[in-house]
Amino acid sequence: MSKEIKSSKALPNIWQKPKFVPKMTPRSWTGIALISPPFAYSLLMLAAPLLLVFLLSMWTQNYLELDRTFTFANYKEAASEKLYQVLMIRSVVISGVVTIVTVLLAYPIAYYIAFFGGKRKSMWLLLITIPFWTSYLIRVFLWKVILGYNGVINGSLMGLGFIEEPLTFILYNANAVVITLAHAWAPFAILPIFVSLSRIDFSLLEAARDLGDGPLRRFFRVTLPLSMPGVVAASLIVFIPTVGDYVTPRLLGGTNGLMIANMIQIQFGKANNAPLGSALAVSAMIIVASASIAFVLLNRRFLKVKG
Amino acid sequence: MTKQHEREPIINIQNVEKHYGSVTALDGVSIKIEAGEFFSLLGPSGCGKTTLLRIISGFDNPSVGTVFIGGADMTDVPPNERPTNMVFQSYAIFPHLNVADNVGYGLKKQKLPKEEIDRRVDDALKLVDLEGYGPRESHALSGGQRQRVALARALIMKPKVLLLDEPLSALDKKLRETMQSELRKLQRTVGITFVLVTHDQEEALTMSDRIAVMFDGRIAQIDSPEGLYRRPISRRVASFIGVMNFIPATVIENTNKILSLNIKSLGQLDIKTSSALKKSEVITVGIRPEMLTILYNKSDTSEYSFNASIENASYYGDMTYYEVFIEDTDIKATVSMRNTAGRPVLEIGSKARVGWGKDSITIL
Ligand SMILES: Nc1ncnc2c1ncn2[C@@H]1O[C@H](COP(=O)(O)OP(=O)(O)O)[C@@H](O)[C@H]1O
Ligand SMILES: [Mg+2]
Repeated sequence: MSKEIKSSKALPNIWQKPKFVPKMTPRSWTGIALISPPFAYSLLMLAAPLLLVFLLSMWTQNYLELDRTFTFANYKEAASEKLYQVLMIRSVVISGVVTIVTVLLAYPIAYYIAFFGGKRKSMWLLLITIPFWTSYLIRVFLWKVILGYNGVINGSLMGLGFIEEPLTFILYNANAVVITLAHAWAPFAILPIFVSLSRIDFSLLEAARDLGDGPLRRFFRVTLPLSMPGVVAASLIVFIPTVGDYVTPRLLGGTNGLMIANMIQIQFGKANNAPLGSALAVSAMIIVASASIAFVLLNRRFLKVKG
Repeated sequence: MTKQHEREPIINIQNVEKHYGSVTALDGVSIKIEAGEFFSLLGPSGCGKTTLLRIISGFDNPSVGTVFIGGADMTDVPPNERPTNMVFQSYAIFPHLNVADNVGYGLKKQKLPKEEIDRRVDDALKLVDLEGYGPRESHALSGGQRQRVALARALIMKPKVLLLDEPLSALDKKLRETMQSELRKLQRTVGITFVLVTHDQEEALTMSDRIAVMFDGRIAQIDSPEGLYRRPISRRVASFIGVMNFIPATVIENTNKILSLNIKSLGQLDIKTSSALKKSEVITVGIRPEMLTILYNKSDTSEYSFNASIENASYYGDMTYYEVFIEDTDIKATVSMRNTAGRPVLEIGSKARVGWGKDSITIL
């Protein structure tokens, strides 16, 4: 091996001192000073708790004591127990459905604002953020009022005589969770899609038209592929946090709508098994991360395009 | 009159107007373009060239007037159904598709077998000198290559008319000159009508069969390059196409198609004319810089001549452009001289005798 390297003069010697050694100029000190506070903050607030959860997940809870011997037993339990499997799958499925519904609803809105917003674009974007002006909890309760047995929907439908009994499929189940989450996350999906749509050079759309495409063909051949970065971003922004959502299933999910985060909370609280809770949390994180990475890889040909 | 006018024009623009609110982008534009012509729309920025091209392509509708292509009224025909294709100013190459998919874009819809599409894409790439570029990613192309892809993509559709909006303005000078002659050759090869928009008079002169000069949304003149250069109908056209010296003159007499003029400080002359100018009318005559000659030797002769002082000299290698004052006047003129042997560049401030002939005069 070493002989080979010697014989080939063209190969660079990696042991040589690098030609360019960055020097610390006053400017770079300014740079370091500028990024230090956020760096320290994220270390403290993000990395440290995460590390703690990792550690915790490999210990064992013995009633009031924490056994700090290193073990994977919690992960084995998390993976083999039927209940946890069900909750994990349900979380991913609900979150996936929420993502699809949200993106499908957000796309036309973003499309309208980007192409027909005219001078009122910023007004439309402002209107979209209005739900944020109240607390999420209040919005969840409002959905309860809308979807409930004596709620707005059932009340009006029964009042009008369309139905005899209140509709039961819209509250205290997975559907209610999907509806509420899709509404709550819509702005986060609209914005990235809007951005990628507004970046599309209009002459590309005209070129497609010029080459014989009607509006529909043009949409699927040019507009949609070029807005995929926004769609991918929107999907991740919605999917990643909703898998771990806790409040919505708790308040609207009933028993069949509970998700993995509710179980994690139970483990940390009533069940007094923080290590198992941590293992569930880490498992959820790994599943979400893998799903997200797979999704990005599936769409990578759309993402490398420079507009 | 001639045969040309009896043939059905491929494009017939009749009295088109376009208004954007209070802005009039086009005003009473009528043009007939013959099949197989290389036709240019030339004018300064903002005169309405792009608007007119977009009306031909169908991306915009005229506020008033009608466009016929191949004899058919295009009023309700959308761009995707018109027999035209466009090369956009920005080229509009689809960034998510490679070169072959860009070029074959318009064929995909026609349900052709894959081999047929591949063959036609290869042919189109060959036509624009991009053989073997099919699998390349489109965002890795240079400006000149992007332009060729845009051309191939439009030509593969076999349009009756190819529309080009300032296709060369994004290229550097050398490449632009190469592409000018290549575009011209390409047009002769494929034989279809090209309508080119440009603000560059040199580009229009070198490439076109005919040119429509536009100012402020109106057509000022439609003629061949030579006709425009030699017989501009107005001062504005004359100064837009090349350089023109303007000199005031008074009509002495206009009888029997002979016009007698007194050109300020240059003397009196008679020329043949069919104009209806009246006695003592004040007009402008134009003369091109290359029609003026500096008489280096005392023995050099010319039909007419005047004395001048050299105000400025710009040396271009093969040519020198002199700005001179006609003696005893405040009239400035530009004289261009080929730098042949025995013609030194004259010094600023020196005196010279300038010769000219009455055939080189244009009455404006
Ligand atoms: N969509 C539009 N809205 C308003 N004014 C326009 C629009 N398009 C063009 N104009 C105006 O019409 C005139 C002609 O524009 P254009 O055809 O682009 O000129 P050119 O291509 O010759 O530079 C300009 O004054 C321009 O401001
Ligand atoms: Mg233009």
